[in-house]
Amino acid sequence: MRLPDGREVPDLHVAPDVAARCRELAHRVTGEVMSFVDRHTTVSIERTVLRQLGFHDAGPRGIPLVNLMVDALQERGLLGMGAAWWYGWALRQGASDPLQVVERITALPRDPAPLPEGEAARLRDEVRAEVRASAEDLRRRIERRDALRIELGMGPRPHRYLIVATGNIHDDVEQARAAAQAGADVIAVIRSTAQSLLDYVPHGATTEGYGGTYATQENFRIMREALDDQSRKLGRYVMLTNYASGLCMGEIAYAASWERLDMLLNDAMYGILFRDINMKRTLCDQHFSRRITAFADVIINTGEDNYITTADADEAAHTVIASQFVNESFAHRAGLPDRLIGLGHSFEIDPSREDTIAREMAQALLVRTLFPEAPVKYMPPTKHKTGDIFFSHAYDVMADVVGQVTGQSIQLLGMMTEAMHNPLLMDRFVALQASSYVSRAWRSMGGELQFRPGGLVERRAAETLGRALGLLEEVAQEGLFAAIGKGRFGDVSRREDGGKGLGGVVERAPGYFNPFLDLLEGRP
Amino acid sequence: MTPERTPELVRPYGDRRDDGVVQLSFVLPVTPGERAREAATRIAQKMGLSGVLVASMEAAAEGYTFFVLYGRTDAAVDVAAIEVPEVKVRKRGFDELNALASRSLGRRIVVLGACTGTDAHAVGIDAIMNMKGFAGDYGLERYPALDARNLGSQVENGALARACRDASADAVLVSQVVTQRDVHKENARAFLLELEKLGIRDRIVAVLGGPRIDHRLALELGYDAGFGPGTRPSDVANYIVGRVLEREGKSPREASDG
Repeated sequence: MRLPDGREVPDLHVAPDVAARCRELAHRVTGEVMSFVDRHTTVSIERTVLRQLGFHDAGPRGIPLVNLMVDALQERGLLGMGAAWWYGWALRQGASDPLQVVERITALPRDPAPLPEGEAARLRDEVRAEVRASAEDLRRRIERRDALRIELGMGPRPHRYLIVATGNIHDDVEQARAAAQAGADVIAVIRSTAQSLLDYVPHGATTEGYGGTYATQENFRIMREALDDQSRKLGRYVMLTNYASGLCMGEIAYAASWERLDMLLNDAMYGILFRDINMKRTLCDQHFSRRITAFADVIINTGEDNYITTADADEAAHTVIASQFVNESFAHRAGLPDRLIGLGHSFEIDPSREDTIAREMAQALLVRTLFPEAPVKYMPPTKHKTGDIFFSHAYDVMADVVGQVTGQSIQLLGMMTEAMHNPLLMDRFVALQASSYVSRAWRSMGGELQFRPGGLVERRAAETLGRALGLLEEVAQEGLFAAIGKGRFGDVSRREDGGKGLGGVVERAPGYFNPFLDLLEGRP
Repeated sequence: MTPERTPELVRPYGDRRDDGVVQLSFVLPVTPGERAREAATRIAQKMGLSGVLVASMEAAAEGYTFFVLYGRTDAAVDVAAIEVPEVKVRKRGFDELNALASRSLGRRIVVLGACTGTDAHAVGIDAIMNMKGFAGDYGLERYPALDARNLGSQVENGALARACRDASADAVLVSQVVTQRDVHKENARAFLLELEKLGIRDRIVAVLGGPRIDHRLALELGYDAGFGPGTRPSDVANYIVGRVLEREGKSPREASDG
């Protein structure tokens, strides 16, 4: 099969009616969720709206202004009108700078008198105009990013994705430059452990983190500017990615778009399953954050690879495919075109078994064939890694080969020290050396190979797709909330009203005002 | 004291006994070249190596060079004189262990497990506790003699201690994966303090596990045992059953070495 980017991969016969039926079921599953999403907002969505209106700063004790305001609205039961409404209200009360807006909003009575009709319409018009102007600023920044990417061009696919995670943004910059010089196409700055559970975005440049570096707008800016500089020196554009997951999906998506990031991890279900974030909260937040990434032309990466680090990779292969259909459908509903939907999966089958490569090949090729336009992201082995770095290196090379032959778009390079520590400079170097060799040596083999009809690879792919269809039938029957409750994905079960962040989900009041969402969804 | 013990000296082994061959790799923040090669050689010499061979020198990035070196060391140690605390358990099969525990105790052994603090990496505790286990070795949830409950990740120390009290737990497994700035040590210690505050530390077998945990570290931190990489669920199950029976004075005679 010829991919849209011109690469050839081995043909895989996929029953078209099965794939179509999977998509139809996924569409039904997400449709039901959307009827909930469209009736609710969250504290994080409303904070994003205020950020878009220019509230980037933090107040005393480092609490972001957007949290001060949204918490005040929520305490008074006023958030259902939308933060933008109260922003306009504060302006009409005479607030003339951001701090006065904050003061007026945090001093609101529990039951503010309604505005006369004409007044309300003028308020809406005024705020809409500001939102439009701010969106134009954002659009210009995105255009600047895209212009540099087009001017310099990118390396060949799969794009090689490497992680930096020192805890200190300035050290991260040094490590990212070194990785880019050694051949990295995408730099990911891993977040500090448990940032996903913070219900605010930390402020400013940070130099202390655990297991990673805090995602802050300032850290985004520092890293992107360093990579712009490095990209020009290399004559090759190096992308930057971070994590729009957790309790602040929308805010991270907005800050990242503003600072011209290229890619974001953004999964519809990851937070629910792996961070025990409430499902209603995550499903509302994922939609809004994806609307932003669609506007800002940011590639999202979904997190299906995580399913097979908990469940057995071979037995749970179909859950990955089923979830990809669901993630794809949610992404379409948020206006993302296929070229921005970086579905995720990974090379994780237990290496002590036989014929794992045939099964990994089947899986990787199945994903590629089902989603030919998607910038699919392929993750290296992690679960069965040990401290034997020599074996680990050989194991990673196998994943590089499968990724190359099956035409994956983004390849996260495995680290031989995966089981031990965050990557050292030399770990990335060794991984890049091997991956360069694989990509040279296997360059055209994807188009040369054919898998035997009815053979191991073809049968395995058909079996997996068939089981994915079965799972989607069940999920469509039960509804996504119930299916997650039954542990259908990643062997993890979550309750509809359990997990963190449910308190931040609010029903939209009649007259709910969110001009940023209106703009993103193309409403006048 | 064992004065007659014969020393058993060992050195690293390349292809002949006592040749002392070691391989190492590192990065120096210099550009490659003859000075860089000499710098790498001298670093290795200062580490006590002789016959140093710089096998590979490559530019890893601007201003950074990656080296692979070989050398010989004179260092030798007497392995016979080394004492390392090890978890000693007589390992029984799945059915045998379950039968022993149910017969001796007449009730199920309650085991709670969690990845504590801000640590979100449930991989380790899941591999040990979940029904499926790993590498073909069943997890603790599968043992009929155990009432094993996996509380997942990011469980606060205080909450886990209270859960132990409320469930009258016999044993608790604490998993720590993230080790940056020794956060795992502080956090692991803090959990035992919580148990002490509730006055239940003595009633509970406390086990620590994780990729950077070993038995010695666990003992230093005040745990009863520590399990590191490569641990199978059955190792932990055998240890727990052994210790709980011992505590209840129900040990079978041959298993008193827990």
